[in-house]
Amino acid sequence: MRSNPSDAVTNFKDGVRDGIPIALGYLAVSFAFGIQAVSAGISVMQATLISLTNVTSAGQFAGISVIAAAGSYLEMAGVQLIINLRYMLMSAAISQKVDPKLPTINRLGIAFGVTDEIFGVSITRPGVLSPWFSLGAIVTAVFGWVLGTFLGAFSGEILPASLISALGVALYGMFVAIVIPVARDDRNVLLAAVMAVICSSVFTYAPLLSRISSGTRIIIVTVVISAIAALIFPVKEEEKTADGE
Amino acid sequence: MENNIYIYIAVMAAVTFLIRALPLTLIRQEIKNPFIKSFLYYVPYVTLSAMTVPAIFSATRNPWSAAAGFIMALILAFFRKSLLTVAAGACAAVYIVELFL
Repeated sequence: MRSNPSDAVTNFKDGVRDGIPIALGYLAVSFAFGIQAVSAGISVMQATLISLTNVTSAGQFAGISVIAAAGSYLEMAGVQLIINLRYMLMSAAISQKVDPKLPTINRLGIAFGVTDEIFGVSITRPGVLSPWFSLGAIVTAVFGWVLGTFLGAFSGEILPASLISALGVALYGMFVAIVIPVARDDRNVLLAAVMAVICSSVFTYAPLLSRISSGTRIIIVTVVISAIAALIFPVKEEEKTADGE
Repeated sequence: MENNIYIYIAVMAAVTFLIRALPLTLIRQEIKNPFIKSFLYYVPYVTLSAMTVPAIFSATRNPWSAAAGFIMALILAFFRKSLLTVAAGACAAVYIVELFL
């Protein structure tokens, strides 16, 4: 199936198609990152380089605060590890979605683009995940991410505050668009999502618990709630094959 | 800044890439364990939900406009609109509500 060239083209096109809304959402978020990076004393080129090599919203925002505070390299590594640990879980999930014989080089390429959104569109693809789909989605989305960073860093605060405020929900809108259609069909996913929201809110506002950083909070909630959901509602084989749309 | 910015960037990029690359390159077989399979099935939805709430309520200038954006996103996503439509609809709701606040 992988050797069929028309299949490669179709998958690549599908990837680009699904990557466009991600790229547009990224533009807004990375624009904000660009503005913040420059105000932390990072140059336009350096901010753009960070976006090109990292492609992670939360990790990059945390990274520039470490740089601005002249933290140690070890602290930088630790912060990135904690905040981005969820990608390890997503990468493990994708390892089950690709052809078991897929070569390492293709796996490394797919790995580079494991972000919340690209993961979302990849894991909900029907059947085996083609590396061509990933290539199309990653090239498109990363282009938006890097371009937005450059524009934000370069043009600074040209955009009116009302527009920046409205763009602030773009990323979350995409998250909602990934979760809700699945939660609508699968009651167990809905329950897991509701538990995650409650847990995350408690962690954010409860005394003592609120001292935990947002990256660590996400990891704890993800591991605990996913484990509980897996214990109470194990996924049956038949459902697994029927869940692709 | 005393430290070298390019070393910071290299550390960030290397750690982030390793996190993403290790499971995909090391796990070559189908995971048979039903618990792990189920766990991995729930991970994305749980993570994205936890990242959205309550963070979305502080993503705009005003929690009420953010709530309007959130509700708009929920409605559009329920009717299976595309990612872009949902995201743009949420932004539009925020913009419009802030006109009246």
